[in-house]
Formats: sequence, structure tokens, C-alpha cells
Amino acid sequence: MNDIREDIAWAKINKDVLKSLENPRKLFWVILLIAIAAVGVAVGCEVYQYTVGLGVANFSNPHVWGLYIATFIFWIGMSHSGTLLSAILHLMHADWRKPIYRFAEAMTTFSLMTAGLFVAVHLGRVWQIYYALPYPNGRQVWPNFQSPLLWDAMAIFTYLSSSILFLYVGMIPDLAICRDNMNPGWRRKLYTVLALGWEGTDRQWRNFRVTYLTIACFLIPLAVSVHSIVASDFAMSQQPGWHITSFPPYFVAGALYSGCAAIITLFIILRYVFKFEEYMTLPILKKIVRLTFAIAMVWTYLNLIEYAAVWYGHDQASKDVLIQKMVGPYAPFWWTMNICGSVVPFIMFFKRFQTHIPVLFAVSLLLNLGMWLERWMIVAPTFSHGYYPWTWDHDQWPSLVQWGIVFGSFGWFTLLFMVFCKVFPSVSMYEVKEMVYHRSQATKKLEATGKLAASGKGAH
Amino acid sequence: MSKRHLLALFSNFDEAEAVVQELRAVNLKGFDADKDMIVKSPIEHPEVEEFVGDKPVYVQWFTLVGALTGGLLAFTLISASQGNFFAQLKGGKPIVPFPPNFVLTYEMFILGGVYISVLGFLICAGLPARRSPLYSAKVSEDQIGILVQADESASSSLKSIFTKHQALEIQEEAGK
Repeated sequence: MNDIREDIAWAKINKDVLKSLENPRKLFWVILLIAIAAVGVAVGCEVYQYTVGLGVANFSNPHVWGLYIATFIFWIGMSHSGTLLSAILHLMHADWRKPIYRFAEAMTTFSLMTAGLFVAVHLGRVWQIYYALPYPNGRQVWPNFQSPLLWDAMAIFTYLSSSILFLYVGMIPDLAICRDNMNPGWRRKLYTVLALGWEGTDRQWRNFRVTYLTIACFLIPLAVSVHSIVASDFAMSQQPGWHITSFPPYFVAGALYSGCAAIITLFIILRYVFKFEEYMTLPILKKIVRLTFAIAMVWTYLNLIEYAAVWYGHDQASKDVLIQKMVGPYAPFWWTMNICGSVVPFIMFFKRFQTHIPVLFAVSLLLNLGMWLERWMIVAPTFSHGYYPWTWDHDQWPSLVQWGIVFGSFGWFTLLFMVFCKVFPSVSMYEVKEMVYHRSQATKKLEATGKLAASGKGAH
Repeated sequence: MSKRHLLALFSNFDEAEAVVQELRAVNLKGFDADKDMIVKSPIEHPEVEEFVGDKPVYVQWFTLVGALTGGLLAFTLISASQGNFFAQLKGGKPIVPFPPNFVLTYEMFILGGVYISVLGFLICAGLPARRSPLYSAKVSEDQIGILVQADESASSSLKSIFTKHQALEIQEEAGK
């Protein structure tokens, strides 16, 4: 199991990564076609829903959110690990982050963009988003600054724009490499504009380091606040099953969990499609897997805390919702969620599976299935078993239109992500160089110390 | 007198460091190492900063101003809106409630901090920039470049320093 070679030539790093922009494996085009087809399905469903109305999604009172808001939360959650982990690992000087952080940050950006679509989609007639925008005093309607929904919009906008800036600033030196090495054409023009004239001067590097570190410091509390605020959309209401104190940390842990699982999935795909076997190495995969396992255990703990808080509390309505999840019409999904979220990760506990790519690919998909079901199991059961008895016989099964749009959102995300990886370097060239440089320096120091010790001229 | 630009490329940091030390020490008319020398490297290299010398970075001041302005602006605008919105019945609750306003203030604090940090970075790093008179793509690959500008009379001495330290390549261009 080899890690990145310390003696790898820097020119080769450039060459390998730049080659990925022009010459991926055929699977890339297959994935792209499937993604476009999925987007086509979603567009068709959305046009139908837009034309006919939300009834075709099988929405009726009390089920007004359905899969759309559940999937919105899923994509917001998915966005978490990329930028957050990149920022945390950057502050901790974990050098194994360097070959993988770029695509993880891109994952954050595109997940947020996908999530944003669902806010419009769930309105049915999308022009009604106009009424939701917080501008003061239009038609005598003022935004309610005390509503978590408004906080949510602000937090997501902040997170999205900051993540894009973090991704972009971190990419500037690599864009300069692309500019210097690409043949004349649209790509070179694009890289020339985006590289901003970067030349790697000491002044540029010095300011770059401080800026990147500063944004990383901002992004960590920001990421935590974003999903806490999404949790507040539920926890600050009085609905049974939602009004739970542990919801914010539970949401943050769930978000990290699904994000880490997605990083494993994308790691495996990119490693093969763009021939990054030499950079996205198995030891790095092993570290991500261990991290994911640890987060899975945190999520499991918080999940159990949530059940215990409801079970031992004295709110009968909340307890009824929990019982309904366990034995009611949603039981198959609720149990699948718990098995995927809390039992399946134990596969990652075994050393032999920590670098077993087919197993990890399947596990990462199952984990994300569990995390998607988790969001659905938060949203739907409360609607079908609220305080009012008239809601109790209103179980709702999402229509094909809803499923089509949800399915298409995965295609949309994949399309954006794969196009990004084809246009921009998904492995950070300059940081991989830094990584091998520092490792080789450390090895030289160790060798020198070893030689000194062997010749009896050591410090002692 | 017209200035001449010289770019020398080196394969390792030790040689580049030796050149920088020598350029600092040398006394040539029409050449001031602090102003007329730029070191370019393919990676963010702590050694470069060490041998180029301590130079201040001001990005953090932009960050401070941006974050404070963002937070202050958010709180002021929200409070002013709430204070002016007499039609909404408050039912005895505060007109400007601090806990919910804190959330948006916090978000704007971060937003302002990040945006203005990036602006500060662009200003302090001199970006967007035009290409230097001399540039080599090898600097973004694996070589260290030292770009100097000096009077015509000093250029031969500078070239000999570069050659002495095994420069891989020396590019030269007359300045305006």
C-alpha cells in the first residue's frame, strides 16, 4: 500500500494533473451522459409540475414539504464535509488533505447549488420565490428577522459565497500552472483571466498564506452555524418530533457524516476516472474511512440521545411520532436508515475493508442512502402524525414527479461536479508539491539524525 | 538611465538563497536589492520568506475591518427595520430582540470578514497584475526564479553573480 512518492518529480505532478483535464477514462463520458439523462428527467418533471401545479407531486395538507425539503437538507448536509474538513485539516497541518481537498470543496459548492434549487422547486410555481425574498416593505410585507427560515437563507448564502471564494483563492496558483502549460485556446484564455496574473512572487505567497488561513478560520464556525440554523427550522417550531434540543449538533454530525461518505464515493470515482492512483492513494483513503467511522459513531450516539430524550420525556405527541416511525407506515424506511447509518459503518471497523475499494464504494453509497432517509424520516412522519387528529390518517407517498426531481438532483450535482473536474484541476498541484517537499525534507532530517546517532556524534 | 531586467532560474532553494544573500551584500549603482529584486517560487516556501526577509502582511487588518463592518451593518439595518416597523404588533416583546438578531449579525460578520479579506488579498498581493517583463513557465513547475531590475551598468555584475551560483537559465530584457 504505497503513499505518494517523496521523490516524484514536480514536473510530473503538473503533467499528470493537466492530463486529467484533457484525457479522462471513458467512464467519465458514461457518467456525464447518465447525469445529463437524469437532469432531463428532472427538468421534465419540473416543467410538468410547474404547468399543472403542486397536486401532481401528491402534495396535500398536512404534507406540504415532502421529499423536496428532505432532499434540500440532504444536499445542505452533503455540502458540509468538503469545506469544513478542508479548513479544519488545513489548520491542523494535516498534509494528507492536500491531494483531496480541491474536489471536496467543489463538492460543497455544487451541493449548495443543488440544495438551493429545492427551495424554488418546493414552491411549485417557482415565480413565488419572489415573495420569499427579504426586501423591506414591498406590499407592506416585511421580512421576519426572527424566523429561522430567513436565517437559513442568509446562512446558506454566506456559506455558498465563502466556499466559492475559499475554493477559488486556493486554486489561483494552480490556475497559473494551467495558464502556463495549456495550448492556446478557450482553456488558456479562461485560465489567464482566472489566474489574475499570478507569478508566485514572495509577496503573493505571503499574502496568499494569510488570506487562506483567515478564510479557513471563518469557515469552521460558519459551517457549524449553517447546519445548526437548518436544524432550527425544525427545532424552533413546536411540532412533535422536531422540538428537540439536541437537533443542532445532531444535524451537524449528520451533515459531516453524509459529506464524508460522499467524499469516499467521489474519491473512488475520481481516482479511477482521472487516473489519480498515484495521488489519491490508499493510505489517504484509509484516513478518510477512519474519520468517517468516528463521525458515524458520533451520529449514532446523538441519534440514540434523540430517541431517549423523546422516550423519557413527557410529551406524548412526540412519543407517538417516534412509535409511528418504528411500527407505522414509515417503519421500513426508518429501520433501513438506522441500519445504514449505525450498523453498516462497522464494516469500516475492519482493517481489511479500510482500503477495499469495491466494498468501500458500496458502503459509502449505503451510508448516504441512510443519511437521505434520515432527512426524510425527520420531515415526513411529523406531518403525518401532528398534534391535530385530522392529520393522523394522512400518510403520503411521494408521486413519481417528486421522485423524478429528487433523482434528477443527483444528476445535476454529478453534471456540475464532473464538468468542474474536467475544466479545473481536481488535485491541487502546488500543494502536492509542498507535501512531497516537506516529507522529503523530514526524511532527510531523520536520515541525518540517524547517521549522527550511528556515528556517536548526536546531541547526547 | 534605462533599466534592464534579468531573470535567473535555479533548481534548488540553497542556490537561490545564496544568490539573494549576495545580491543583498553587493553594492552596485542603480540596484537596490530591497526594491529591485523579486523571488518567485512554485510553492509556498517558508525558506523563501526567511531569506527574503521579514516583510509585513496587512490582510488581517482588512479582515478586522470587514468583519466588524459586516456585523455592525447587519445589526444596524435589522434594528432600524424593526424600529421603523410600527405596524407589527410586538405584544410586549422587545422591539429590537437581541438573541435572534445576533444570528444574522454573526452571519454578516463572517460574510464581511471573508469578502474584505479576499479584497485585501488582491490589493496587498497586487492582483490582478500584468505579467512581469520577464516570466518563465518553469517557475510554476519546479524552478525558483529571481527577477531583478538594474541600470545597464550593473547588469553584467548581476549576471556574473547568477552564473557563479549555477543559474540554469538567464533571461534578459531591456526595460523602458
